[in-house]
Amino acid sequence: MLEDPVFRAALAGIGLSLATGPLGSVVVWRRMAYFGDAVAHAAILGVAIALAFSVPILAGALMVALFVGLSVSAMVTGGRPIDTNLGVLSYSALAVGLVGISFFQDDQIDVEALLFGDILEMTQTQLVLIWGGSFLALATLVVRWSGLLTATVSEELAASAGINPRRERMVLTVTLALVVALAVKVVGVLLVGALLIIPAAAARGFARSPEQMAVTAAVFGAAASVTGVLGAAAIGTPPGPSIVVVTTLIFVVSLVSGRLRR
Amino acid sequence: MSLIRTQGLTVHHGGVAAIENVDFEIDRGEIVTIVGPNGSGKSTLVRALLGIVEPTSGVVERQSDLRIGYLPQRLAIDASMPLTVERFLCLPHRHPGEDVSKVLTQLGVPGLENRQVTELSGGQFQRVLLARAILVKPDILILDEPTQGLDQSGAATFYRLVEQVRQELGCAVLLVSHDIHVVMGASDRVICMNGHVCCQGRPENVLETPEYRELFGASEDVLALYRHDHDHDHQQCGL
Repeated sequence: MLEDPVFRAALAGIGLSLATGPLGSVVVWRRMAYFGDAVAHAAILGVAIALAFSVPILAGALMVALFVGLSVSAMVTGGRPIDTNLGVLSYSALAVGLVGISFFQDDQIDVEALLFGDILEMTQTQLVLIWGGSFLALATLVVRWSGLLTATVSEELAASAGINPRRERMVLTVTLALVVALAVKVVGVLLVGALLIIPAAAARGFARSPEQMAVTAAVFGAAASVTGVLGAAAIGTPPGPSIVVVTTLIFVVSLVSGRLRR
Repeated sequence: MSLIRTQGLTVHHGGVAAIENVDFEIDRGEIVTIVGPNGSGKSTLVRALLGIVEPTSGVVERQSDLRIGYLPQRLAIDASMPLTVERFLCLPHRHPGEDVSKVLTQLGVPGLENRQVTELSGGQFQRVLLARAILVKPDILILDEPTQGLDQSGAATFYRLVEQVRQELGCAVLLVSHDIHVVMGASDRVICMNGHVCCQGRPENVLETPEYRELFGASEDVLALYRHDHDHDHQQCGL
């Protein structure tokens, strides 16, 4: 079955959702949506640099996403990024990355695939990387969950309980860079943010605890990936955007059912 | 030995000194109030004591294994986070359910355990924050402008609760305030700040120093009012 690209794509989506569910929830709680976008856009600059130095694209994307993430969180004081700085950084990275990639127009790179993903072209190695990376990200979040949650509620309260909020922020940034770099193949740099935010937002209405929200977001993300991939294969729509469309449908249903329950 | 001590503590924000050369200490069981106008560096000092901001120069020494019960100046939990009161109280360290319900009852807000934190009223949330601070069985309770947003009677009730808690736990209390009326009658020491320590001492002495009067423009009326409050408290407590 692993020979079937649709099956591999669905598996990749499920693997990635294990990480994007909990991570996206934390991003929503911390109001870091723009931050996630900036890190995602930075990944394309990483792709350009990777091409220039002939290193693997995933490694380039990861390094630059990490670099941008860490420098932005160093700019941040009190846990709230300044959105103008973020905007400048985010779009500059995207534009410079795209211009950089244009120097390598020799069929080895498909810009559209970078922007919107090409989950149906997933190799088995990439599939293993996505599962391994997602598992690593998930394990990091699980191990540090209590401290991360406390620092998300309040950096001051965390510090008074002996937790270093700067360290938690750094762990979060590193995890985010990893997941973003992995997700580029699946939904592309422009839609990575959607995969983080929308399932988490949809899960909010069904959750009474942070953990419920994280797990529900992962389930929604996985369901949307499978449905989106199958739908895209059946009717020939682009798979990355199709996945995001399904997450949006789930979000709308959760919104309406939330209204009805009230 | 002091619970927390600073020597020559200086913290810069963006090149400007928020606090400069502050020597501070608080002993076990002591009640210290820090007063000072807005922007005088009170909160910066607290954040440095907690280890949230790094000193630009100078040192902060905390007793090892110091348990701090901290009430932040403001805390807005994002509405996107589902969090019950009980879970909030058990972050990051779990407490037995019976302890949680006992403390909530003691603070006059019984049965809130399963309510969502974001649905609480300001007064309820304040008490939940105090409950959080108490549950760690603190050596020191640090209260940073804890009654902002409460009306006068709410604030008075809140301080009575704090006093009650302190007598029970015997912990030190560090209270930060910009409001001179809030200088606790029970304070052992008042520290008057304006970027640096202007003056400090017993409350009745500090209020009469020229530095204090200059800083707050304290008129005789205010002093009279303070003294009145002071006497009043003593009679009520039967001390």
